[in-house]
Amino acid sequence: MLAVSDLKIHYRTLAGSVKALDGVSFAVGDGEIMGLAGESGCGKSTLGKALIRLEERMMFVGGQVALDGERLPIADDRAMNPYRFRKVSIVPQYAMSALNPTRRIGRMIDELLAARGLKGSTLRPELERRLAILGLTPDVLGMYPIELSGGMKQRVVMVLSTLLDPSLLIADEVTSALDVASQKKVAGALVEFRDRGYVKSMIVVTHDLAILAQIADSILIMYAGKLAEKAPTRTIVEAPAHPYTRLLLGSLPEVGIRFEEKRLPGIKGRPPSLLSPPVGCRFRDRCPLAFGKCVEEPPFIEIAAGHQVACWKADAHAQG
Amino acid sequence: MLRYLARKLIIYLLTFIVAVTIDWAIPRFMPGNPIDALVSRIALMPDANAALTSYFMAAFNLDQPLWRQYLNFWSALFHGDLGRSIMLFPTPVTTLIGRALPYTLGLLLPSILLSWYVGNMVGALAARRKLLDNSVLPLGYLLTATPYMWLGILLAWVLGSTLGWFPLAFGYDQSLKAEWSWRFIGSLLYHWVLPFASLFMVALGGWAIGMRNMIIYELESDYANYLMALGAPQRLVRKYAFRNAMLPQITGLALQLGAVVGGALVTEIVFSYPGLGWLVLSGIQNQDYFVIQGVFLFIIVGVLLANLIVDIVYVVVDPRTRVGLQGDAA
Repeated sequence: MLAVSDLKIHYRTLAGSVKALDGVSFAVGDGEIMGLAGESGCGKSTLGKALIRLEERMMFVGGQVALDGERLPIADDRAMNPYRFRKVSIVPQYAMSALNPTRRIGRMIDELLAARGLKGSTLRPELERRLAILGLTPDVLGMYPIELSGGMKQRVVMVLSTLLDPSLLIADEVTSALDVASQKKVAGALVEFRDRGYVKSMIVVTHDLAILAQIADSILIMYAGKLAEKAPTRTIVEAPAHPYTRLLLGSLPEVGIRFEEKRLPGIKGRPPSLLSPPVGCRFRDRCPLAFGKCVEEPPFIEIAAGHQVACWKADAHAQG
Repeated sequence: MLRYLARKLIIYLLTFIVAVTIDWAIPRFMPGNPIDALVSRIALMPDANAALTSYFMAAFNLDQPLWRQYLNFWSALFHGDLGRSIMLFPTPVTTLIGRALPYTLGLLLPSILLSWYVGNMVGALAARRKLLDNSVLPLGYLLTATPYMWLGILLAWVLGSTLGWFPLAFGYDQSLKAEWSWRFIGSLLYHWVLPFASLFMVALGGWAIGMRNMIIYELESDYANYLMALGAPQRLVRKYAFRNAMLPQITGLALQLGAVVGGALVTEIVFSYPGLGWLVLSGIQNQDYFVIQGVFLFIIVGVLLANLIVDIVYVVVDPRTRVGLQGDAA
């Protein structure tokens, strides 16, 4: 069980601090796969990364993160180390280049485990068993990363990242660089790992709503550093309450429609700069429903069980 | 693997033939004629000059057509005969090179190897500590931008001329006889310090900067980020980064070692140090075909051998090249 409250992460830049995460609060339950979606630059990757390791230019401003009732010291790089890999783990966006190119994979894994005070030989059988689940033979452990295909490397990383049965796994854009067939396999593997109990909760960061519709239990939509909507997958797909979610879903292609005849609507305009974000609702400049009250910031409130939205018109919407 | 090596060897062989041909041709395309210079030094009566010239032309086989000279050159080469020097007639070129080689190797091998080792260590440390980095980086750029001979002249001026701590020229005290005595060895070392220091310091800066930049690059790479996200200690991440950053440094070292036989021309000239660089300069000044050819041949063989060694070492240390050659063979 992950509980995040009022988390604020800014990026240091020469022009000032970019408020990439501006007070987000949500929870992910045990056994839940939560999809995290939004446009580029909405802060979804920042959120994913912040939960495991802040990059150098990322600045912790405030908020709390608790995993299984224990507070995670995400602002303290050293104090966070014992939690990494054992409690929180990540399948990074760059999974295909995440392995040291000059070490045999098995040796690299052994060295990593040894550095964490574990014995590679005792975990070897489990490692090989899990590789087999994803269709990899133990031979890969004797190979160099370059001898594997991109998809194989990604599967190795998935197995390695989850080897210690972490409570929380962050899967950052894991399907983005793959062809559709591989996407399906990777998505299936994520669900399988959850079902087998290798991972308790999972946050799947992606801009691909179609993948989330297949594997996520709930979906969290972000916009410009803030949360827009969180709901069970079915609700998001069938009855989204936030106008941004609706437009986002509306920009997806549907099977059977030829887009020469009908243009995808898309969303007009661009997200606001996070250097000095506007007051009030951040989506209001692009929102077709914007009205006077939108100059005040809408709270992220529950409008139905498990369905939270930050929009003044959400109630009316959900019902209408 | 064998196919890869065989193909490499053929390429090296072809390069060798072309390079040797150019080596043979260049002195012959230079304006002037070494025999004229030799004869004018002897300065006899004009008609005696003509006789002497034709005698020497025949003695050095320079009266034969060029293609004949070219073939002679190759056949002599395979007998280990590099000809006789014209300026120091009749000393064989091999003797001259043999005499100069120890000085060059004694000067360059330690300076290249030590500067490489120390430079890499300093660079790796600089990448780790901000304070050290702030001093190493500017100093490194300053050193590496310094021309060898300028630093050499500076050292000679300050430490040799002004302070009088070190001798200014030659490989050993010219009043001594070259023999295996402690006095002679001491004199050799004494004369070795300044040229060594100038070569060592300039090269040191380059290696340190190269290593520092490579390590910082490696520490920002994806595999380093992934390891840190999985809570790997700095020790492990740095170990990997260091190892991977070494790869280009190994290539650099081998190429430097290949050029070693050419001598450090300018440094040797500044300190009148009797190495190969000094020899090739006198060869050029006296249009001594055979000395120039001989020394250049040494450089050619040295560079090619060094490249070949890099090719082989790389296959051992970097798995990516191994896969590359599998792909090639397929």
